[in-house]
Amino acid sequence: MNALIFLTVFPLCVAVLAALLPVGLHALRKTIGIIAAVVMSALSVYLLIAYHDAGPLYFTFDSPMVDWCMFGVELFIAVFVVVFSIRHKRYLPVVLVVVQSVIMFGFDFTSGRGIQVEHNLFIDMFSIIMALIIGIIGNAICLYGIGYMAEYHEHYPEIKDRRRYFFFMMYAFLGAMFGLVFSNNIKWFYFFWEITTILSPLLIGYRNDEESIKSMFRTLNMNLIGGLGFAVGIVTLYSGSHVMELDKMMQLDKALVLIPAVCIVFAGLEKSAQFPFSSWLTGAMVAPTPVSALLHSSTMVKAGVYAILRMSPMMKDTAAANMLMYMGGMTFLVTALIAISQSNGKKVLAYSTIGNLGLIVACAGVSSPAALWSALLLIIFHAVSKPLLFLCVGVCEYKLNSRDIEDMDYLIMRVPKLAAAMMVGMAGMFLAPFGMIVGKFATLKAFLDQSPLMAMSIAYGSAATVFFWSKWMGKIMTIKYGVTKLMEHLISGWEKFVLAVFAAATLLVCLAFPLVSSRLVDPYVQSVFGTYPVPSTFTLSVIFGMLASLFIILPLGLYYYGHSSKEYKRVGTYFGGANIDELSFRGPMDRQLTAETRNYYMSKYFGEGVLFNIGVFISLTLILIMFGVVIL
Amino acid sequence: MNTLIEIYQSMSIFERMLAYVILAPFIGGLLAGIDRKLTARLQGRVGPPIRQSFFDVLKLFQKESVVVNKFQNFPIILFFIFTVLAGALFFGGANFLLTVFSLTLSGVFFVLSGFSVSSPYSHVGAEREIIQTASYEPMIILLAAGFYLATGTFNVGEIALYKKPLILALPGIFAGYLFILTIKFRKSPFDLSMSHEAHQELVRGLTTEFSGPALALIEITHWYENVLLLGIIYLFFAFNPWLALAVTFGSYLFEIFIDNNYARFKWQLTFMSSWVFTAAVAVSNVIVFGLIR
Repeated sequence: MNALIFLTVFPLCVAVLAALLPVGLHALRKTIGIIAAVVMSALSVYLLIAYHDAGPLYFTFDSPMVDWCMFGVELFIAVFVVVFSIRHKRYLPVVLVVVQSVIMFGFDFTSGRGIQVEHNLFIDMFSIIMALIIGIIGNAICLYGIGYMAEYHEHYPEIKDRRRYFFFMMYAFLGAMFGLVFSNNIKWFYFFWEITTILSPLLIGYRNDEESIKSMFRTLNMNLIGGLGFAVGIVTLYSGSHVMELDKMMQLDKALVLIPAVCIVFAGLEKSAQFPFSSWLTGAMVAPTPVSALLHSSTMVKAGVYAILRMSPMMKDTAAANMLMYMGGMTFLVTALIAISQSNGKKVLAYSTIGNLGLIVACAGVSSPAALWSALLLIIFHAVSKPLLFLCVGVCEYKLNSRDIEDMDYLIMRVPKLAAAMMVGMAGMFLAPFGMIVGKFATLKAFLDQSPLMAMSIAYGSAATVFFWSKWMGKIMTIKYGVTKLMEHLISGWEKFVLAVFAAATLLVCLAFPLVSSRLVDPYVQSVFGTYPVPSTFTLSVIFGMLASLFIILPLGLYYYGHSSKEYKRVGTYFGGANIDELSFRGPMDRQLTAETRNYYMSKYFGEGVLFNIGVFISLTLILIMFGVVIL
Repeated sequence: MNTLIEIYQSMSIFERMLAYVILAPFIGGLLAGIDRKLTARLQGRVGPPIRQSFFDVLKLFQKESVVVNKFQNFPIILFFIFTVLAGALFFGGANFLLTVFSLTLSGVFFVLSGFSVSSPYSHVGAEREIIQTASYEPMIILLAAGFYLATGTFNVGEIALYKKPLILALPGIFAGYLFILTIKFRKSPFDLSMSHEAHQELVRGLTTEFSGPALALIEITHWYENVLLLGIIYLFFAFNPWLALAVTFGSYLFEIFIDNNYARFKWQLTFMSSWVFTAAVAVSNVIVFGLIR
């Protein structure tokens, strides 16, 4: 139990330390970051080893002090939001926060006074998986951030240097996430949830210019709406059953638990940026890269799907669960289609994140062993490959001055190592034999068993996914023979190191897929359903074999073609016989023209404007139905 | 009549995979020869002998390797390896989804080979190849979904031994598959990214910069892929092996017929028509399954 409390409190201490440390002490900050990363990663691995076979364990950690502290922080957050919003002349958050506070504080002082909670903390395999993701990946991103922010402020001297405040929030975020995944007391869960609610908009608004403030308030508003849902869920749960613990809630009668569960799922949908709330995540790209990477991989959005997956067994086989399934499937399909039409790299990544979370949400809706299995795999694989891609695009943005995919021609020649890392990330997202696709196709089976209509979303969504990733891959893989300016030296050693770590982690997790499945995911699925899906040994070994052979063939092949192969004749690119040199040709009127190619974006079919609205419309309908069927 | 099934059952999974790896290029090459002969006759020409495809490929292997950059042939080799793997897994009787994975992977390598040479012809070809992939991909996944819904398994080995006629359960899926088969065979009206005719506006599209041994490998890969695609047709009629073989061969002739009767579509029409047709026949077929279950 001490490990759980330590993991929650330690990041907060690091956060306070980071806030106190003067900006100048860069080396010391790095050292602290490394120590924090080592401690948290080691501790989450320790949790895995210590509690691996133990099943869910519950801990009584009773202290009125803690409750009062939480109350104080909640009050502070509410006041802070009110003051902050009024100062920026935004009044919607004020209204939302007041309503939410009235509900929660009213609840605290009336019916909620005598809440008896037996176990405040708990740990099971799902918590451990989340802790591993937060501890290892979250910390790696923070580490990257320490190097990144220094350069960020050199690059943008006009932005006020608030690095201390920045790292305070980053580490506090990790602490809140740890607390969230270990809370059995739903009020504690809510407390940590609300901390992420306030921290994420503040991080998004770091630049403090007009665009970021707009994104910040959009995020804040949506988070508050979600939080309102959570608060209503808590009140209805307690007034119906006098239960305030996750494990006791699981055992309640469906009639009592359905409304609170749907309310919390609603909050989860908002945090995981599903339609109609997805605009906060696409707007979050104004933030510095580490923030986007953190929100996309190990914290914010994963908190959302974590809550949904915790609630889903209680909603199993209800109409509400079906709505959840359709909502996730629709989100996956629509975001994959929109991603085709985007040339802004970060936007493509954001839509791909929303889509993958959609799949996880859909799995939560199905809530069968196979579905839960693939949902957890998707969480794990997504958490490693997405930050890698974000960091790569971040490097492109500041070092090559563009995050537009169309400006990434010849990346493989200009910055080969970065391009290689990017290829690993993208392959991890959509190509067999890497993990993501395995999870995706496991969902196909889960969906078919539940509702064949969902096969359509997978079919078209996957096709669109292949489309937008492979054209991006093609863009960075283009090779131009001759002299290209090598720009590798622009990338700092710090960045190279973190990118290498993430690329290695992506490959390693994929390679260890059978182990990840049998050691992490299977036990949890077993504990929820009593059984878990067993992929055939042959299938597993084929996937493993493909991956292993790629590991061998790719380096060998690149070495052979790069150094050994001499038996070829090199010629110029074909330009219908009108060549001048590698890239230019003699055009009409004897002018010298340069050949340039652009990707297809098909915005006529997949334009964001129309599809986004369709997504919002369908999801709103589904949410209303979801609430309708449980209330009526 | 049951000898085919008995032979299939008597072999281990690895023997079946090996049999495919050895036999498929001969069958594929022979089919390509028949294609050329038949096309020639339809166009009022005599046409080359049926063995001509083999001679062509052998000759390509003897040519000098001419490249625009030294890495361009590497993705082609990966394209070859993973296409063969896809087919071998299929004929070995493994999980159909593995075949789909492997085929997608090989397709991406092929596209990357087209991108890696900086020729505009090849780029447009590669871009169109992606559009073609996106056009047929939903149908391939719905095909897997259909097999699973009808037989309860993704294992090709079990689907092939399924006693009831699958075609009666999956007529929509079959129709949709025939449609995208034209794209996969790289036949007109869907031969956008590269055409085996010499008169394409993109010169040779994706393969513009590939010649000699690399081109030969692309051709052989195409043969392997064709045999795999025809094998999928077989599954629909697997309850009666001889009928299945007849229909499989008939479908191939049908595709040649289509090839000779249609002018090339634009990519917009290719894309939209295949998505809409897939939705109309295959999705409806899957939904019907959901309703009657």
